[in-house]
Amino acid sequence: MKTDQEYNQRLLQAISSIDKPATLMEVCGTHTMAIARSGIRELLPPGIRLISGPGCPVCVTSQGDIDRVIHLARNHDITLLTFGDMMRVPGSESSLQQCRSQGADIRVVYSPLDALQLACQNPHREMVFLGIGFETTAPTIAHTIIEAQRLGVSNFSVWSLHKTVPPALQAIFSDPEIEVDGLICPGHVSLVIGCAPYEDLISKHHKPCVVTGFDERDILEGICMLMRQIASGQARAEIQYKRLVKPEGNPIAQGLIARVFEPVAVNWRGLGTVPESGLAIRESYADYDASRRFAVPDIEEKPIKGCACGAILTGKISPAQCALFGTVCSPMNPVGPCMVSQEGACAAHYRYTIPVKGRESK
Amino acid sequence: MNQERVLLAHGSGGLMSQGLIERIFKQYWSNPHLDDMLDGAVLQLPVNRIAVSTDSFVITPLFFPGGDIGKLAVCGTVNDLVACGARPLYLSAAFIIEEGLSIRDLEQIVKSMAQTAAAAGVKLVTGDTKVVEKGSADQVFINTTGIGVIDSEVSLHPRCIKPGDQVIVTGQVGDHGLAILAQREGLAFSTPAESDCAALHHLSALVSKYPAQIKCMRDPTRGGLATVLNEIATQAGLGIVVEEQRIPVSAVVKGACDMLGMDPLYMANEGKMVIFASREGIDDLMRELLSNPLTQGATIIGEVVANHPGMVLLKTALGAKRILSTLEGEHVPRIC
Repeated sequence: MKTDQEYNQRLLQAISSIDKPATLMEVCGTHTMAIARSGIRELLPPGIRLISGPGCPVCVTSQGDIDRVIHLARNHDITLLTFGDMMRVPGSESSLQQCRSQGADIRVVYSPLDALQLACQNPHREMVFLGIGFETTAPTIAHTIIEAQRLGVSNFSVWSLHKTVPPALQAIFSDPEIEVDGLICPGHVSLVIGCAPYEDLISKHHKPCVVTGFDERDILEGICMLMRQIASGQARAEIQYKRLVKPEGNPIAQGLIARVFEPVAVNWRGLGTVPESGLAIRESYADYDASRRFAVPDIEEKPIKGCACGAILTGKISPAQCALFGTVCSPMNPVGPCMVSQEGACAAHYRYTIPVKGRESK
Repeated sequence: MNQERVLLAHGSGGLMSQGLIERIFKQYWSNPHLDDMLDGAVLQLPVNRIAVSTDSFVITPLFFPGGDIGKLAVCGTVNDLVACGARPLYLSAAFIIEEGLSIRDLEQIVKSMAQTAAAAGVKLVTGDTKVVEKGSADQVFINTTGIGVIDSEVSLHPRCIKPGDQVIVTGQVGDHGLAILAQREGLAFSTPAESDCAALHHLSALVSKYPAQIKCMRDPTRGGLATVLNEIATQAGLGIVVEEQRIPVSAVVKGACDMLGMDPLYMANEGKMVIFASREGIDDLMRELLSNPLTQGATIIGEVVANHPGMVLLKTALGAKRILSTLEGEHVPRIC
């Protein structure tokens, strides 16, 4: 324990000794939460800025997509099965939680296989699973769809809102308004995708990428590796999280995603339409694609008035700079998704960051 | 006998009710107050001031590693009385039983309450049983109400707390919450998670021994340590700073919480107390706490400060400070 602390302090010293200003983006929501909880931001030299990226699946779901899911849930012929974090996300007029209180059949499940099991137990009811997440959750949902086909379950389908991380990073690096000098890359997503997508990114934009784990020591090591690259003008893909992540990723999981899904252009909150960044269900599994089974109209994007989640998700502003933060918008009464999700940047900032009088109020 | 179940008729108030009370309850709980079978218990109190506390217990599963709903129902109310600075003396117990509960389970719960009460020095003096139709309750719900007496010099209240007072937690946190979660969700760990469910009646003697020094106590049940610290900070109108590294958490709770995206500081405890005490004479108090097996993990985790009133700050392992907030809504495992 003691030596852990000494090691962490040495890492902090090493980071401080690289006297170079830099803006680093942590892509993953789990990193956002871990950084806020450990207080790392406060201990870094003032020149190093950590900003949150588009790595919380709930947060990056566009307003139009949320409204469409709410529209779907109001169809009395179906039961919508969802992960719990989606329940409170505000659409432009309602949320799934409100829909449920008004009589919609919406149930929270812990895994897509539980959803499939529910479909098997209720063969006369259409069961629609709301598939959301990045490359980490996509393989398990692909596996569930394959299982549904193998078992011949005809009342189960998936409404896919899946997204992939590398196209979003591409979009961030291409946006001249976003200044990022290096990426703290998501450990769990990289466990699936490996390092190749980052190599591709680096070849185009020449910014260092370090795949990082989630405890304090991991994050400090990751920052240290990034700062060393920045100081020496390098840009390479490195893995800090070696105990889990291999350069080639997990080919089985990659295979499952490729078998069931195909890349399509989708809308991200904060980034707009990003080509090839969504995962749609392939023609060969069309029977399990809820978007083909149930007609839901296209709903115009109606941004929430005053909500700056889009700018926060791309690191353009910090949560405390949003006019609604801490006054109108709080975890008990969230206006935007970044305050709802357990891994949202606003929720992390609200819960853990000590307000500085005059600059930030809470 | 093993197959025998509680029927609606057991709650009719007639012969079957009497039979159930005679056979199951009186067998284990017999004492002069209860045996009188009056409509209520008539008690002699040696006092001064009394504390009264009531709590209802609804828990799935009924039996879990480290305890059961009966033990919990006694410990919970005993600990609430202790937190008021009282010496617990008497308990009432009311059962709402779902038709179909096995008599064997009921007997085990009743027996466990008797054993726990005896060990804690409290008497179960009056009770009630109701049976409801299947589906109207989940197996069995128990309410206990307790009465305790408070020594004349003792006064525990958040308003007694002053800047500089020390914050003690009497052992590792999160054990009960994890044990229940593990049992409910079918999670298995290499070291099984066990509830810390225990009656801390020995603390009332300590409060009487150190009346000036102990300022306030609260048991960190639902909402965990973090929630209790926030409640007290708000009620006292003072700030609290605790050190993450001093807060005792077992390796199994820490590991499981990391995996599930949960925080031990928000997990329920059923055999722990948070004590606010003056710095003066703290060594004697700590020595006494450490000498009892139920509080042998007692640790000073932080102190009360005058600045940031109503706010609890946590000094992280890295040495940074952050807010330790109150739980908003449910503390649930992370999905992805």
